[in-house]
Amino acid sequence: MECSPLYRQAANMKKSLLDQGYLDEQFHQLEELQDDLSPNFVEEVVTLFFRDSARLIAGIDQALEKTPRDFQRLDGFIHQLKGSSSSIGAAKVKNECSAFQDHCNQGSTEGCLRSFKRVKREHAALRQKLENYLQVLRQVSPSPMKAAVRPK
Amino acid sequence: MENSSSRDESFPAGLRVLVVDDDPTWLKILEKMLRKCSYEVTTCSLARVALGLLRERKDWFDIVISDVNMPDMDGFKLLEQVGLEMDLPVIMMSVDGETSRVMKGVQHGACDYLLKPVRMKELRNIWQHVFRKKIHEVKETENYDSYEDNNIRSRLDEFNGGFHPSKKRKDNHHKEYMEQSFGDSVSVKKARVVWSVDLHQKFVTAVNQIGFDKVGPKKILDLMDVPGLTRENVASHLQKYRLYLSRLQKQNEEKTLGGAAQTELNVKERPGVLSQQSSLARQQQNSPSGFGFSSARIYTQEMIPKIASFRATETELALNDESWASLNKRNITRFGVMASKNLEPWGDGGNQLTQFVQFMKDQQSITFKDFLEFRQAGQDHCFETDHPQSQPIVNLRGSTEAEDTSQQIHMKPVDSKESKYMLLKCGLDSGSSQVSHGFVNTRSFQAASATNLSCGNPCSSDDKNSITSWSSLYSDAEVAPSIDSLTFPLQSCGFFENAGFHGLGAFECNQIASDFQSILYDELQYNCEYLSDLFEAPMVDDGLFT
Repeated sequence: MECSPLYRQAANMKKSLLDQGYLDEQFHQLEELQDDLSPNFVEEVVTLFFRDSARLIAGIDQALEKTPRDFQRLDGFIHQLKGSSSSIGAAKVKNECSAFQDHCNQGSTEGCLRSFKRVKREHAALRQKLENYLQVLRQVSPSPMKAAVRPK
Repeated sequence: MENSSSRDESFPAGLRVLVVDDDPTWLKILEKMLRKCSYEVTTCSLARVALGLLRERKDWFDIVISDVNMPDMDGFKLLEQVGLEMDLPVIMMSVDGETSRVMKGVQHGACDYLLKPVRMKELRNIWQHVFRKKIHEVKETENYDSYEDNNIRSRLDEFNGGFHPSKKRKDNHHKEYMEQSFGDSVSVKKARVVWSVDLHQKFVTAVNQIGFDKVGPKKILDLMDVPGLTRENVASHLQKYRLYLSRLQKQNEEKTLGGAAQTELNVKERPGVLSQQSSLARQQQNSPSGFGFSSARIYTQEMIPKIASFRATETELALNDESWASLNKRNITRFGVMASKNLEPWGDGGNQLTQFVQFMKDQQSITFKDFLEFRQAGQDHCFETDHPQSQPIVNLRGSTEAEDTSQQIHMKPVDSKESKYMLLKCGLDSGSSQVSHGFVNTRSFQAASATNLSCGNPCSSDDKNSITSWSSLYSDAEVAPSIDSLTFPLQSCGFFENAGFHGLGAFECNQIASDFQSILYDELQYNCEYLSDLFEAPMVDDGLFT
C-alpha cells in the first residue's frame, strides 16, 4: 500500500504544501488526531475551516465596503480569520492576516484593501491545493489515511 | 463537588472540561484533543451559553478553557464571571500572544494562557490546575479540622465545661459562607440572586461611582436601584467582589508581605491616623494572602507560631468620618497586654510580648453593624507579617468579669502540647476609661460570632462578658490582627481586643512579638493594672461588660 503511486502522490502533495509554506506543523497535529474513532477527522476539520473562513471573508468584504470604515469591527473579523487559520496550520493565510491586521490598526484603507486581496488569494490557493490533496487521499482509502500521511 | 470515588481513582481521566470558543474549527480540534486525553468534553461556541451551562450544572465542570475573543462576550468577562461565581480554574487561549493580553488574562485570574495553535501536550497537562486546587482544598479541610478539633474544642471544653459547638460548616466552599452576612442569622436561607453580567455590571458601576474605599452595601443598593435586590444580596456580592479583587492582587500582596519591615508601634509615630487591619474579604478568601477566618487562611499558614509584627495601613472610614477623625486626634490610647514567662513586660528575645494598641472612641456610640461596615469600608488592609521564630502553640481565651468597677480580663494562653494554661488577669481600671458609653452591644457580637463562625461559642451563659471563645472571636474579628498562623491562637489577642473592646471601632494593633511559653496557670497572673501602668490608660467602657 505504501508503495502505491497514489500514496506517493499524496505524500508529495503534502510535502510541497509544507515546503511552500502553505501549511505548517499544525497540519501534522491534525493528522495525528485522526484515528479510528474519527477516520475523516482531517477532512472534516478542513471543510469546517473553509466554511467558516468563507463566512469571515464575506464579513470583511462588507466591513470594507461600509463607510465610514469601522476598523474595530474589521479587526475583529481579521482576528477571527487569523485564529481560524492557525487551527489547520494555514500558515500563509495566517501571515497575510497579520499584515492585514497591521494595516487595519493603522487605519489604512488602502493597505487594508491590498492586504485583503492577498488574504483572499492565499485562502483560495490553499483551498484548491488542499482539496486536491484530500481527493487523492480519499482514493488511497479505505485504509487509514494516517498511514499514508504520516510525515517521515 | 460530586466526585465519585471512581472518578477520583481515574483522575485525571474523566476530567470535565468546558471549552468555549466561537471558532467552530478550533472547537472541533480542541474537543478531539481533549477526548484523546481521556477528558470529558463539553463544547460551547457562545460565552453566554457557557455561563448558563456553568450555572445550570454547578459543580459539574472541573475546568474551563476559553478563547479570549468572542463576539458575544469578552473572554475576560467570562473569566471574571466564572471566577466570581464558580471559582473554577480557567485557561485562556488566543492566537494573540501580546504580553499585555496575556497579562490581562492572568490578572483576571486565568490559571494559564495558551497560544493558538494549542498543542495536545499542553492540554494533556491541564489536569494539574484542577489538582492544584484540590490540594489546596484538602489542606484547608484538614487544617481546619485539626484546628477545630485540637485547638478549639478540647481547649475550650477544658475551660468552659459547657462548650456549645456552634454551627459546623459542612463545606469549605467559600460560597457557603459568602452568603452569610455578618450579624444576620445564617440559618435562614436567603433567596438566591443570580448575578448576571448586566447586574454585575451595574454593581461594578455603582462601586466605582461610590469609590471602592467607601462602598457599603446600602449605598450600592441605592445606586443600583434594582427591584427585589436586598441589602444582603449586595453585601454578599460585595464580599465576593472583594474576594475576587484580592485574589487578583494576591501576588502583589505576597510581595508586600514578604518585604514587610517590622514596625513597632507605629501608631505612636502617627497617632492621628486611624488605622485598621485586615478586611472581611481578606479573611474569607481562599487565598494564601487571606488573613481572616476561613479555612483557606488555615492552609496557607504554616503551623509555626512566630513573632509577628503588624502594621496597619491607613484607612479611610466610610462611617462617621469626622467623628472618627476627631476621635483619633484626641483619644488614642494604647492598651497593652503582655504576657511573659518571666513577668517581664517587654521580654527579651524569648519572651512573648504582645501589645495591642487600641484607639478608643469617645462618646461615640456605634453598633456592631456599623462596626462591621466600617471594617468593610477600609480601603487598604495590608498586613505585613514576619515570623522569624517558631514557638509552641498557644491558645488564648479571654473573658471579662464585671463584678466590680474594675474590668477584668482573663487571658488563658495554653500550650497545646502540654495542656497547660495560664490565666492572665487584666484588671482595667474603669476610672481610666475615657469612653463613656454606647459601645457595641456584646450580645450582638456574640450572636454574630455564633452565626458566622463554625468554630463554636463556648461562652457559658453566665459569663458576664462578651468575649466568648477565642475561636468565635477569631472568626468574627475582621480586624483579626492575624499573625498568619492559625495554629497560634495568640492572634486571638486581636479578637480579644476586638471583642472585649469592641467599642473602640478602630484600632491599630501592633503585635510586636508573641511568643507564649507554656505557663501554668498558677505561675502567672497578670493584672492589667500592671499593664495600665506600663502603657497609657486603657479605656474600656463600663457598659461593655455589663
